[in-house]
Amino acid sequence: MSAQQGLVASGSRARPAARRGRLREALTGWAFSAPFLIIFLTFLALPILASFILSFTGFSLGNLVDPFSARFVGLDNYVRLFHDAKFLQAAFNTGYFVIVGVVLNVALGLTAAVALNHGISRFRAVFRVGYYLPVVSSIVAIAVIWRFLFNTDFGLVNGAFHAFGIQGPDWLGNPTLAMPVIIVLAVWRNFGNAMIIFLAGLQGIPNDLYEAARIDGANRWQEFRSITLPMLRPTVLFLTVITTIGFLQLFEEPFVMTQGGPLNKTLSVSMYVYQQGFNFFHQGYASAMAYTLFVVIAAITLIQFRVLRSQT
Amino acid sequence: MSVASPVRPAIPAVILARTEPRPEPRPAHRRSWGAWWVYVGLLIGLVFLVGPFLWMLASSVKTSAELHHVPPTWIPQTFTLENYTTIFTKLNFPQYFINSVIVSAFVVGSNLLFCSMIGYALAKLRFPGKNAIFLVVLATLMVPQTVYLVPLFVLMSNLGLVNSYAGMILPFAAQALGVFLMRQYILSLPDELLEAARMDGAGEFTIFRRVVLPLLGAPLATLGILMFLGSWNNFLWPLIIATSDHMYTLPVAVATFSIGQNAVDYGLLMAGSVVLIAPVLTVFLLLQRFVQQGIATTGLKG
Repeated sequence: MSAQQGLVASGSRARPAARRGRLREALTGWAFSAPFLIIFLTFLALPILASFILSFTGFSLGNLVDPFSARFVGLDNYVRLFHDAKFLQAAFNTGYFVIVGVVLNVALGLTAAVALNHGISRFRAVFRVGYYLPVVSSIVAIAVIWRFLFNTDFGLVNGAFHAFGIQGPDWLGNPTLAMPVIIVLAVWRNFGNAMIIFLAGLQGIPNDLYEAARIDGANRWQEFRSITLPMLRPTVLFLTVITTIGFLQLFEEPFVMTQGGPLNKTLSVSMYVYQQGFNFFHQGYASAMAYTLFVVIAAITLIQFRVLRSQT
Repeated sequence: MSVASPVRPAIPAVILARTEPRPEPRPAHRRSWGAWWVYVGLLIGLVFLVGPFLWMLASSVKTSAELHHVPPTWIPQTFTLENYTTIFTKLNFPQYFINSVIVSAFVVGSNLLFCSMIGYALAKLRFPGKNAIFLVVLATLMVPQTVYLVPLFVLMSNLGLVNSYAGMILPFAAQALGVFLMRQYILSLPDELLEAARMDGAGEFTIFRRVVLPLLGAPLATLGILMFLGSWNNFLWPLIIATSDHMYTLPVAVATFSIGQNAVDYGLLMAGSVVLIAPVLTVFLLLQRFVQQGIATTGLKG
């Protein structure tokens, strides 16, 4: 990296003029960095650190005016988490959503990318752009549309059931069905992104490999199993990690579609943090919950890197 | 990093991906057998992906009676713009739209400026603390938004910025993603270019403005689009910081209506969703081509 070169160059044999030049360069560097850093440190880095401290306090609405008056409560918030049935339910829901959602998302993204790259030779751009439309669209709007699609009486989905003479279920009001609908929505919205990243990965696979396999008489499935999949392992790793990080922060879909119900079966950890922090004003407790989520995200990321890397 | 959507693509990869998958020379028989059912499969997928958007559009111009018709209709029987008239005259949608535009414009503008400046410093200047800055910025990329919402709100309320544009903009005015994008691109610019300008006695700010900035068209366009998409769709933070109706952005307004007293008025909700989605899709569809051209001519790698 050029900074290391800089350190090497700044040895003792530098002359005064050069030293002045370096000083000016350093000042310029800081001047160029300052506007970004001031905003970034104040509104991002500082809150991240403050959240950690907050999680050990009983910070609530009364402390808003004078944050330093908050009482230190040690690990109480963290202990409370594990006795809070609603939190445990939210953690379970989020885990369920992430495990099923991430697997489906990566699998579907890979399928679409391989189909697009190896299966067809025309209209690729149409599919690529079409599959990507939901990714750039507002989740709030999409969640509203989907709530309408799955409406018990007037929705398109139950309309299709109706055509076969079947009365469709109350999808979002059913404790068993509500989360699967949200999972399908999340995968529908996001697999286009996985597809695009897989497409970039597919282009990195040298064509000679396929040609050699063909000479050896490999069929398409064998090509996929022994060339495409192993070569895409880094992409699978990358996608699994970023999708997991993203899915663990589930918020908008249940907020708009179910408000966490029915029976808290779609309440996510992020939603519960929001409720505790901004509806009940238990900011200390909310921070402990948020930091727990962060630690889980960091741990899962590390584990996924270890596991998937050790297999290669 | 952009916003609290379940998956926030770090980089919408469609924009960075190279224009077209290279057509692979394949034996003719291979292309012919698999092709038709792959097309059919992909087409079914496309119908499912685009269908809900068409449903939204069709529903937004239906009458209330038709929206409650069983079974549901696809093509509106009586075409009406009443839903749009209502949200723009009886509801406060013009204000929400303006709020969204103001917030997005400032988020895009400040990121373009600040990220290209620090990107230049990190890529081309030698100064103590450079690596530390880069590491700190890198470290925050993995932190979920939930972690800093609560203290950020405490900070904003102590600065008196709750329910203000500044309160909505500042937390997103300097994003780590932009630093990486700009630094990465500026690293690829030849040092000789800058040295030549320095020999001519140009000051560092002149070099940045006259030599570096004009070369940053493609990455600035990419960054601008990413920031616009993130900011326009951003929901969780505006929901928290905008405490009165006249400060709502479009996503906050649509979400609030959808769970409030208009929860079952799907005509209004679909019209609101169209207003929320249409600008983003327009920008994406138009600039997708522009950015790809930019990538092709500058040779920026995906």
